[in-house]
Amino acid sequence: MFANWLKSSSPRSRRDPMPFLEPPNDKAPDGKNRRSFLAALLAAGSATVGVLLAVPVIRFTLHPVLARTTEKSWSDVGKIQEFQSLNAPIKRLVSIEEQDGWRKTLIEKPVYVSKDTRGGLIVLSAVCPHLGCTVPWLEKESKFICPCHRGVFSADGTLLGGPPPRNMDRLRSKIEGGILKTQYQFFRQLTHNEEELA
Amino acid sequence: MNPPPEERHSRFRAWLDSRTGLDSLLRHALDEPIPGGAKIAYVFGSGLLFLFVSQIVTGVFLAMYYVPSADHAHTTVEYITKEVTSGSFLRGLHAYGSSAIIIVLLLHITQTFLYGSYKGRRELVWLAGCVLLMLMLGMAFTGYLLPWDQKAYFATTVGTNILSELPWIGNALKRLLRGGTEMGTLTLSRFFVLHVFLIPAFIFAFVAIHVYFFRKSGAAGPIGEDPLEPKLQSEPFYPKQLVMDMGFTILIIVALGIIAYFWPTELGPKADPSDTQFLPRPEWYYIPVFQYLKYWHGSTSLIGILLIPGIVGLLLVTVPFFDRSLERRPWKRPVSVGLFAVILLALGGLGLLSHREDLRNPGLAAQLKAQRDATKEFMQAKFEPELSGGSLLAENAALANPGAAKGKEIFEGQSCNACHGDNGVGTAAAPKLIGVGEKYTSTQIEVLLQKPNEQMTAGGMPPVNLKDDEMKALIDYLRSLK
Repeated sequence: MFANWLKSSSPRSRRDPMPFLEPPNDKAPDGKNRRSFLAALLAAGSATVGVLLAVPVIRFTLHPVLARTTEKSWSDVGKIQEFQSLNAPIKRLVSIEEQDGWRKTLIEKPVYVSKDTRGGLIVLSAVCPHLGCTVPWLEKESKFICPCHRGVFSADGTLLGGPPPRNMDRLRSKIEGGILKTQYQFFRQLTHNEEELA
Repeated sequence: MNPPPEERHSRFRAWLDSRTGLDSLLRHALDEPIPGGAKIAYVFGSGLLFLFVSQIVTGVFLAMYYVPSADHAHTTVEYITKEVTSGSFLRGLHAYGSSAIIIVLLLHITQTFLYGSYKGRRELVWLAGCVLLMLMLGMAFTGYLLPWDQKAYFATTVGTNILSELPWIGNALKRLLRGGTEMGTLTLSRFFVLHVFLIPAFIFAFVAIHVYFFRKSGAAGPIGEDPLEPKLQSEPFYPKQLVMDMGFTILIIVALGIIAYFWPTELGPKADPSDTQFLPRPEWYYIPVFQYLKYWHGSTSLIGILLIPGIVGLLLVTVPFFDRSLERRPWKRPVSVGLFAVILLALGGLGLLSHREDLRNPGLAAQLKAQRDATKEFMQAKFEPELSGGSLLAENAALANPGAAKGKEIFEGQSCNACHGDNGVGTAAAPKLIGVGEKYTSTQIEVLLQKPNEQMTAGGMPPVNLKDDEMKALIDYLRSLK
């Protein structure tokens, strides 16, 4: 608070008529110098205190901005060997841990591990892109058939028929240390293109 | 065309002053005459003001992460201490700041007392100061509970229990403060509101009153000065006294910063009300009171808890009303200075006694060491985010019962989850099943499964036909969904 005011009491503004800037009883010739030295000392002092408090306070406030406090984690789907000789999609429950500051949420979501046309492993969300029912894999018919409105999908999630507007949604996946991992994601329903929901 | 910068500057000052009166305000503040000139002995008041401002700043920022509920308070303080950048440092400034306030308060009061600065029409300055002392002690007491760790919980349990020793209103008062008969989340909410809203509001008001009355009566000056008609040549507050005050302030903040940085404030394990071993010890400034209260039990407790502190407190508060001579030199005022010294020595002695008892009693010493070790261990453990309630908890509960675990397999094997969702959370196709156990009995559920009602059939629910033991497992599972 004093810092701004002290700036104005530097010798430049000596013409200022304010009486408290002039030493009232100080007749010594060096009185002026001493006063401006003290003023500078005060300015330096307030700056020191200000900075000492401001730096940690700013770092404290910016913590969620600079450090990653909310993030989507990769969830383990299973060991890669389990899916080597895959000839039909298999269902897996993945646990998704989301950290949100000092709390975390843990939920389980069903996914299907399947193969794309070239034989690469893919992970499909089991949520129907139509209205969000959980789509089961029917062994007998060798198709995904949604029980709600009979949306039909092939083993790699390609739409074969029914009301759904698009193929089953593919989740980002990677293989790390022999383990298939996925980053679970929700998608908007009823749209033709996949739209990720935060 | 443009005036030189300094002229522009002074024009701006004139403009601002004509609208705000800032210059005259500053002049009034800075030209305060100090009889006999500036002295190091007068720095404590400004130091306290600065510390209070520092507590507000650090406190406001701590509240950015803190949650005042018995469920989350400890986790959020742990998060501040272990995870947030500079969190441990800011919390340290705040926690050690409270100790610093008590120390500087003692210095301020001692200086005022020894200098006899309460004399000569300064009763109200002194009274407002006494109120501020009580409010600051209230801040320390309420703030101590907020981290909700073991020592906070048990120290506050003891602290609020003292109230019930008061006659007639004691128990009611204790329940009012706790928000119930026991310590709990409502206690924490009340202490939070007191610590963050109510007491600070009163402190603001009384700081204003204290400073206003002080300026009204003027600075008392050194001990030889006449407190009513100052004779010594006076010196304005600015610059010398202000520089001294600022120097003291920097000393405090640097010291606090060093302590907070190198000796971070600790946080103990979360409060566990069922712990019967824990030895509560208050913060150091309450130790003398804590020790004193140990001596008063049963029939004499009224004398010890109400009468003696009441008389001592009343003597201190009313000292400017009966110590009315204008003599200020301490050696000429043996009674009042003696009384003050006795109180200080008694408090110090009680503190030492408490410390000695804790050291000499091997049982106490061992337990206190165990508590310190538990705190150290907790501080070293990695921060683990709190698991928020959700569907997985329902699943875990289900798996605790083996029948229900088998039921979960059936639930998924029969594709019930295709419509009712995993763990029965519900989907667009069918309602959630969480909570059915509270709505229907097992028999009702079995009937509905075997013969769904019209509404269910219309929604696409097929009849479920299972062997008896499988049906029982499925129902166990459904009933476990919460």
